[in-house]
Amino acid sequence: MTLRIPRRGLAQAFALIVILMIDRAVSPQFFNLHLQDGRLFGSVIDVLNRGTPVALLSLGMVLVIATGGIDLSVGAVMAIAGATAASLADTHSLPVVIGSALAVGLACGLWNGILVAVLRIQPIVATLILMVAGRGIAQLITEGRIVTFTSPDLVWMGNGAVLGLPTPIVIAIGMLLLTGAVVRGTALGLLIEATGGNARASELSGVGTRAMILSVYVWCGICAALAGVIAAADIMGADANNAGLWLELDAILAVVIGGTSLFGGRFSLVLAVAGAMIIQAMNTGILLSGYPPELNLLVKAVVVLAVLLAQSPRLGDLSRFTARWRRSKP
Amino acid sequence: MKASTSVAITAAVLVAGFALCALQFPNIASTRVVANLLTDNAFLGIVAAGMTFVIISGGIDLSVGSVIGFTTVFVALAVERWGIPPFAAFALVLVLCALFGAAMGAVIHVFDLPPFIVTLAGMFLARGISFLLSTESIPITAPIYSAVSDFAIRLPGGGRLTAIAIAMLAILVLSALLLHLTRFGANVYALGGSRTATALMGIPVGSMTIRIYMLSSVLAGLAGIVFSFYTAAGYSLSAVGVELDTIAAVVIGGTLLTGGQGSVIGTFLGVLIQGMIQTYINFDGTLSSWWTKIATGVLLFVFIALQQGLMALARRSSVKPPGVKPVGVST
Repeated sequence: MTLRIPRRGLAQAFALIVILMIDRAVSPQFFNLHLQDGRLFGSVIDVLNRGTPVALLSLGMVLVIATGGIDLSVGAVMAIAGATAASLADTHSLPVVIGSALAVGLACGLWNGILVAVLRIQPIVATLILMVAGRGIAQLITEGRIVTFTSPDLVWMGNGAVLGLPTPIVIAIGMLLLTGAVVRGTALGLLIEATGGNARASELSGVGTRAMILSVYVWCGICAALAGVIAAADIMGADANNAGLWLELDAILAVVIGGTSLFGGRFSLVLAVAGAMIIQAMNTGILLSGYPPELNLLVKAVVVLAVLLAQSPRLGDLSRFTARWRRSKP
Repeated sequence: MKASTSVAITAAVLVAGFALCALQFPNIASTRVVANLLTDNAFLGIVAAGMTFVIISGGIDLSVGSVIGFTTVFVALAVERWGIPPFAAFALVLVLCALFGAAMGAVIHVFDLPPFIVTLAGMFLARGISFLLSTESIPITAPIYSAVSDFAIRLPGGGRLTAIAIAMLAILVLSALLLHLTRFGANVYALGGSRTATALMGIPVGSMTIRIYMLSSVLAGLAGIVFSFYTAAGYSLSAVGVELDTIAAVVIGGTLLTGGQGSVIGTFLGVLIQGMIQTYINFDGTLSSWWTKIATGVLLFVFIALQQGLMALARRSSVKPPGVKPVGVST
């Protein structure tokens, strides 16, 4: 395990370093850090901070994709959770606010999970329902307005700092460690990979595939809700129309960049988060370079295509060949 | 058998929904409202016709909304800034769209990649290019635009069947003929039924895949041209999220997202149902537009659950297949 990850992550680490170097080239102060009011500032911190919503989404998404599924509704779930948190923020204490937002995420995940695992609806279709209806539900909660709040506790979730690091980064690292401990500290990760590899065979060998699938969608919903709370806390308000808009695509992209196949099977949490960071480092780089931000989508499209071609089964034969060749050398 | 059942249910929902609307607001049952409904959803109907082919073949095309946006910007720039005659601009943009769709189909086939992610890349690419072309809304003032928007067939009762509504109806009829009466259409169904079996039957799977995505992109381009007539402008942010409305319309119309089953007439009914919900909300006045999304979501769920139930019934009555389908496999 410990030996496998570095080799698997080589391409992603290389890509991240190259992009950070390009960022450094377009903006010489890129790696500068300074401490102000007990919080670190700098472009690198900015990349980490802005990347947290997608990183959180990708933590849930990578498990869903590992089972061979997909969750298109995470952006809408972000909007619902953000709307819930924002409308409760000024009247309730922080644990209640976060608890109810996460409960909403859990309910959304449970809905998706039941559709996929129990009713056996194709994941892309099942989650499309919530993707379409979710923003409507969020609008219903905010009554069509942009709900703002001033609760300092919730604002701290988006703009505060823990030991100098912005709170969102700390939360994301905490979630990564928690998810990692749960799925890799136990056999759960292996069972999820087995479900994605061959659901029928896993079921016959005694894996509770239905429970696996249900739980990954629930986890994905909770991660999305947390991302929604952070996004709302960051702007001190909930915008049901735009919160998390198209972030589901970024999250899927992050997972794919992280080397997890869309057909399910083997997955890596760390690399999925690294994928999210690669996307954000690209976004920040384009902003810093002064090129029009419109270029962002084009760059993203090229990256998706490059990653896809690298993962293509047809090219896979080629990489197996080179791997054999490398092994045969002393 | 089952395909016609799905379409019949969709038609029943449309008729029942329309009757309910008319009961509450008698004015809805006029040719004026119905003709407007056709005009407002003309571009959606055209792009949904293309999506029907893609989904029946077992694929999906997420790039259509971006292609519409690109087309409106390109046409507006070509006509207003570059001085290209409108019809030459239309031909040019359709050729570009055809190449774009063919490229996506080729990547899907040659590299054996999931259509979902390839067309996602296509969506980013097309939207990115239209942003690069222009980020502002460009009004189109060419004489042909006002001539076309003035043209309409007067219906009894004051309705105006506009040129773009006629264009949509014509394209839907042609698409239905292509899907149901030609060898190409039969191959589309075969591809959605089983790709391997289709290849073994000697049907060129590669060229079929390329032609299907080409058709979808060309129809999205046509929808973009219609959209530019509808708004008389080109804007790179137009038709954001239309791919979702389109997929929803196709699914509500009884087309299976797993492929192999569906019809153009069902898709047309799906488009009309979405338009009807919008019209009802406009008439009501107190309901906000977000109810459209919730209603569409609920309808999507009902239709998908219905399809799932029908399929389960069909499976029970037929011989049990040797291998159970794997759970949670996405396309």
